[in-house]
Amino acid sequence: MAEIKIKGVEKRFASFTALHSIDLTVKDQEFLVLLGASGCGKTTLLRLIAGLDFATEGEIQIGGKRVNELPPRSREIAMVFQNYAVFPHLTVFDNIGFGLRMKKMPSDQIRQKVTKAAEMMHIEQLLERYSGQLSGGQRQRVAVARALAMEPEVLLMDEPLSNLDALLRMEMRAELKGVLQESKTTTIYVTHDQVEAMSMADRIAVMHGGHIIQAASPISVYRDPASRFVGGFIGNPPMNFLPAKRSNGHWTAAGVAFDGPSVDKETIEFAIRPEDLDPSDTGLSGRVRVVEPLGAHQLVTMDVDGHLFRAVLESDLPIGSGETITLAPKPDRIRWFDPDSENALQ
Amino acid sequence: MQVRALPYLLLAPAAVFLVIFFLYPAVDVAIQAFTSDGEWTWANFDQMVSHWKFNTALRNTLLLALIVVPLQLALSLFMATMVTKMKRGRDLILYIWTIPLGISDLAAGIIWLAILEQNGFLNSALYGLGVIDSPATYLSYQNPFVLLIAVAIAEIWRSTAIVLVILVAGMGLIPKEYYEAAEVFGAGPWKRFVKITLPMMRPSLQTALILRTILAFEVFAVVIALAGVQMPILMGEVYEWEFRLRESGVAAAYALVILGISIAFTIFFLWVLRTPKEARV
Amino acid sequence: MTAADIAVSAKKVRPTDHRSASRWLMAATITILCLWVLVPIYLILVNTLSSPEEVTSWPRQFFPSFDLGSVTFFANYQGVARALLNSVIVAVMTMVFSIGLGAPAGYALARFDFPGKNVFRVVVLMTRAFPLPLLALPLAIMFIQIGLDDTRFGLALVHTMLAMPFAILITASLFMGIPYELEEAAWTLGCNRFTAFVKVVLPLVMPGIAASAVFAFVISWNEVFAAAVLTIQNRTLTAFLLTSLNEAPLALKFAGGAVLVLPALFFLFAVRKYLFAMWGIANR
Repeated sequence: MAEIKIKGVEKRFASFTALHSIDLTVKDQEFLVLLGASGCGKTTLLRLIAGLDFATEGEIQIGGKRVNELPPRSREIAMVFQNYAVFPHLTVFDNIGFGLRMKKMPSDQIRQKVTKAAEMMHIEQLLERYSGQLSGGQRQRVAVARALAMEPEVLLMDEPLSNLDALLRMEMRAELKGVLQESKTTTIYVTHDQVEAMSMADRIAVMHGGHIIQAASPISVYRDPASRFVGGFIGNPPMNFLPAKRSNGHWTAAGVAFDGPSVDKETIEFAIRPEDLDPSDTGLSGRVRVVEPLGAHQLVTMDVDGHLFRAVLESDLPIGSGETITLAPKPDRIRWFDPDSENALQ
Repeated sequence: MQVRALPYLLLAPAAVFLVIFFLYPAVDVAIQAFTSDGEWTWANFDQMVSHWKFNTALRNTLLLALIVVPLQLALSLFMATMVTKMKRGRDLILYIWTIPLGISDLAAGIIWLAILEQNGFLNSALYGLGVIDSPATYLSYQNPFVLLIAVAIAEIWRSTAIVLVILVAGMGLIPKEYYEAAEVFGAGPWKRFVKITLPMMRPSLQTALILRTILAFEVFAVVIALAGVQMPILMGEVYEWEFRLRESGVAAAYALVILGISIAFTIFFLWVLRTPKEARV
Repeated sequence: MTAADIAVSAKKVRPTDHRSASRWLMAATITILCLWVLVPIYLILVNTLSSPEEVTSWPRQFFPSFDLGSVTFFANYQGVARALLNSVIVAVMTMVFSIGLGAPAGYALARFDFPGKNVFRVVVLMTRAFPLPLLALPLAIMFIQIGLDDTRFGLALVHTMLAMPFAILITASLFMGIPYELEEAAWTLGCNRFTAFVKVVLPLVMPGIAASAVFAFVISWNEVFAAAVLTIQNRTLTAFLLTSLNEAPLALKFAGGAVLVLPALFFLFAVRKYLFAMWGIANR
């Protein structure tokens, strides 16, 4: 049981700064997901917490204790690696029991804990096998079981599902969520997959260019992105953006007037999610370029006032490419961004 | 931080060893060559060049390398191509072909001595076939050319394996897709070899050529075993001057000659077979 | 069958014929090349397993008489036993030194980025473009000054200079083949750097390390020039054979040659799996 506090942490490599002054608190038993594209610094941050790399500046606390100078083994953490890092020369049993053995635990206790962890991950029938005899999904289970068997204060996971195929990933996602909820361990989970982040996290920290852009619950990250970047990054297809000009106390985007925030700017950005649009007589109109049926919905790509614009509409609406359609944004879902700072405007 | 010092600690023993046993003697041998009784001089080189064996030794060594290395390269390329085409028994064949890798030049010389000496297996076989009536002498100073060929055969037999291993390793790195693509575009086997295999093998060819050429200049025990002192070569002269004549300075001068041609050829191959950075796989 | 069918089947037959012919040609070529390697070794074994009289007789028999005369003659020849022992001791020392010095350096090259790494790499690679046995000349003088002349230890040091660059490059590539993640995982599971190395890395690289040790052994076992220059009393087998080439009877030379070859055969067989990995990395 432990809270993680990250205060003003910076990581510089020879010629570039991977992390800029990160502040983040992960509550006890919280499941936090670090989400971002590759190179955003999410794995670096995880490795700093693990003690595999060292922060250039700032402080990292686990359970109220400064751990900056501690090696990984003294931090009460366990980690699941992207490529599982299952030791090839040991059996599954010895892999799971590796950490316990390093703690010099008596062997009957080790056997009991290994069995328990293996049962949790449904691999109790594989205990005598070697990593070479396991499938990718099974190796993944071993890696998680090995981390859980340590009963760590903090569980760190680095893209644990990214090497699995799509179907297995979905299965493991749900299973992992269940297991981790039960274990009540503080967890930091790194991924670039927003569906994973959305479905598993208590809280998502979106990272970009070495900064944490927004740390909030999945739904508020989705509904109320703190910046234009988050809006464009989260959601598939991403948010639509249109420039809006000030006119008579309103903001006009693509010739349509909307109520918006009162800021001292001539131009701001209007944003709406593709699924928050309804066909209507008045609203944003544009020429349809491509229609992609997706089953329950259809993805319509169109041209609105010279800007690329996407809408997710009911699939039974008869829309053909080349037509001009008009869509009304749901008023409570419209968001506004400052074009200079890219931050959300209220 | 302790981690920063770790690589240096791990490296230190080997680095110290390299300084004492590589850099220091390399400099020392140069100093030895240019000094006599503590004074800087060309005397050692004068003595080396004026000795009647110098020209012969230099010519023999270069000639031997010139015969052996290209033949080995061609033979290894041929063998490597064949091995990559094989489906079954590849490992066994490769093991057999690389056996000479573990055989010293001295042993190789002795082995070919058994074949080529007057009462040896070659004469016995020719006699058995009725080609000759009495044993012929091959390994005699009266036939310097035959001696050279004998040494060349033994060298080709012994040291083609190392070229082969480097080339097979290099060939294994060429992705199959390139060949399939070339085949789709209508390139026959020979075209594929010339247009894909050879260019893609540049780095391996370079390594093999540098390594083999340098080793060819160091040829020593094969010659001693097969020809004794009848066929002077550079390394043999180093040994003679150092050991029999007790003239370390002249031996060092010889060593510098070997070093000089080795470096010259290394630079030559580095330049001729250079692979532009952008063209590397 | 229509004419078209026949034409098709005829077309099918011809390439198969052609292919099987070229396959025969290839098999024949491969066999000849195998014989080219194996027959000379067979012949030296024939000589070794014949009596000294048979070795010098005319014409020579192509099958051994399994007379151990040559072997006993060789074994009892003055200095042979000692030379053989010296060869083994020097080779074992070379093996230990080059792995002991080379493996840590290989690990450092494989795992860390640090200033000076490239300088070190270049020096190691430079040793390959250098006629190393020549270093025996200045070292002979140095050894006299520090009392290492004509010792097995001194010769082993020179042989280590030959074998260590390979040991460094080979072990570096072995360590690179072990994902760093495995070590990191061990650290998070309670290991420090050293225990992680011992418990995770070492078991995984052991076969490869053994192979490069064998390689070092063979390099020393086969080395002639430095051994001949640096030793007088403590001759290794190669140095002994070289210096007695003039006066020794043929039977001794042949038996000696065979004894030189045999261990190399077994060792090469032991490391065959690693041969190409080892030389593959020599390209970089």
